[in-house]
Amino acid sequence: MTLFGNSFNTKEARERCRRYRRRILDISQQVQALHIGSAYSCTEIVDCFYHGLMRRNPDGSSPDTFLMSKGHGCMIQYVILEEDGILGRADLDGYCKADGHLGVHPDYGTPGIAAATGSLGHGLSMACGMALAERGRKTGGTIYVVLSDGEVQEGSTWEAVLMASSLRLDNFIAAVDNNDLQSLGRTSVTHPSLYPLVDKFTAFGWEVAEVDGHNPDAIFAAVAGRRGGRPFMMVAKTTKGKGVSYMENVPIWHYRSPNPEEYRHAIDELETGR
Amino acid sequence: MRNMFAEALYREATKNPDIYIVVADISPVGNMAKFSSEYPERFINVGVAEQSMIGICAGLALKGCQPFAYTIATFSLYRPFEMVRDDLCYQNLPVTVVGMGAGVIYSDHGGTHHAMEDIAIAGALPNMQIVAPCDPSEVAEATRWCAHQKNGPVYLRLGKSGEPDLTRAAEPWVFGKLRALRGGSDVAILSYGVVTKTAVDLAERFAARGKSASVYSCHTLKPLDRDGIVAVLKQYEHVVVIEENVPQGGLTAQTKQLAWDIGARCRLDTFTLQDRFIHNFGRHPDMLAEHGLGLSSIAERVGLG
Repeated sequence: MTLFGNSFNTKEARERCRRYRRRILDISQQVQALHIGSAYSCTEIVDCFYHGLMRRNPDGSSPDTFLMSKGHGCMIQYVILEEDGILGRADLDGYCKADGHLGVHPDYGTPGIAAATGSLGHGLSMACGMALAERGRKTGGTIYVVLSDGEVQEGSTWEAVLMASSLRLDNFIAAVDNNDLQSLGRTSVTHPSLYPLVDKFTAFGWEVAEVDGHNPDAIFAAVAGRRGGRPFMMVAKTTKGKGVSYMENVPIWHYRSPNPEEYRHAIDELETGR
Repeated sequence: MRNMFAEALYREATKNPDIYIVVADISPVGNMAKFSSEYPERFINVGVAEQSMIGICAGLALKGCQPFAYTIATFSLYRPFEMVRDDLCYQNLPVTVVGMGAGVIYSDHGGTHHAMEDIAIAGALPNMQIVAPCDPSEVAEATRWCAHQKNGPVYLRLGKSGEPDLTRAAEPWVFGKLRALRGGSDVAILSYGVVTKTAVDLAERFAARGKSASVYSCHTLKPLDRDGIVAVLKQYEHVVVIEENVPQGGLTAQTKQLAWDIGARCRLDTFTLQDRFIHNFGRHPDMLAEHGLGLSSIAERVGLG
């Protein structure tokens, strides 16, 4: 078993993330709508978990587990699984089609998908159970989870936050994709008292770091440098729709596909880095 | 029943390191204390956090473990309903959700603690299996079965404590099959769970009037033994159903439907909890009587007045 992190390269990570955004943009032209803004928001986080932090066995499998608790962001997971050879091109071409098997939310039974999510507030507790099982079997497996910041409003999320802390699950790494947007507006306006998030998770006994969620180096360093002995929460400050200027922080891109003109504009931005 | 559950689960846990029990601030006594002291890493108390209880069980099962979730029935099924549906049933995971003190057993605690419609609700969920033992020895059989099965989720509906033994002379327990507790040729009484005691008492009343009555434990509510029930509907002139569940979605509703489907000609009397909340307090028999499930009232309505 080798630590991928030993060879984590920021330049390569940025290039992968550009590729992933481009691939998602292409898939957006196959369907009427997809959660493009939500996927772009957590692209660097999910890439860093998969390619910087989760370990790989020689056969390509991992002793660690990734769980997308914000199931609506799974398009980024699909394209990573495609590039890593776990899903095929035909799988993604069949996205949301009658003869396909990939939907808007990740489904249990799909290769590379650890649990069915989509209803918010379920992932963190399931991840607690997974971390417990890994600890019980002494496998050394670590569970990686990505939450949305809207999801942090769910009471069930806080039940799990309590449990992971009380059980001292040190093989538990979570990130909140803190893009500050939910369907009807700013999450920080809906619930101002939930912020700053760092203080809340710290108060619940987690080790917490706040990072720029689009900076691969910062994400990697925060997780790799954690003290350990407790569950770890990364509050990742992100921008919804990151990478395409007209999508950034515009709520309508939570669930929409670009038209052909918008598509070309987005491709230009991604190819030229603006 | 809960003590027998604890004993049976402890026995299974000593043999299988993948068995976990996740409780929500309620724990059976007796051998469960042994379980928690011998296997603390497999006895998880989430406190009053039932959504997390179900989610954690799902996560354990996703990693190949065989978890049990345990608390009072209303809190194991109703409070975390969406977790039961999405995490357990949708993913078809072998998690046993134990509903302790189901029906109106928590009689004097008020309606917040009455699981009157749990069979209907659990039965509406695809992939969910439902087992409701009638006495402590059926609890032991069912618990053992739950600890080994890999079909998918189970709702294991338990009573509380002090239930009498009803199955000493019964057929062997088989998941998914009616179980004859006593034989008779004139009347058949179908029941499940704690209220099966009333069915046995009713059979005695029939016997006192010179009629022999069979009693069947319909311990598996899902999948229901439809063939077994059809056979009963065809064999007997008089069939009685007694259940501690609202009229919709339980054994009564399904037996009536089967009777209609096969054009049954038997007399069919059914007794259920009423489709209303009763704001009374008292012992379990008092609540059953308020719902019309008292022995005397049932006896009168089946012609033994």
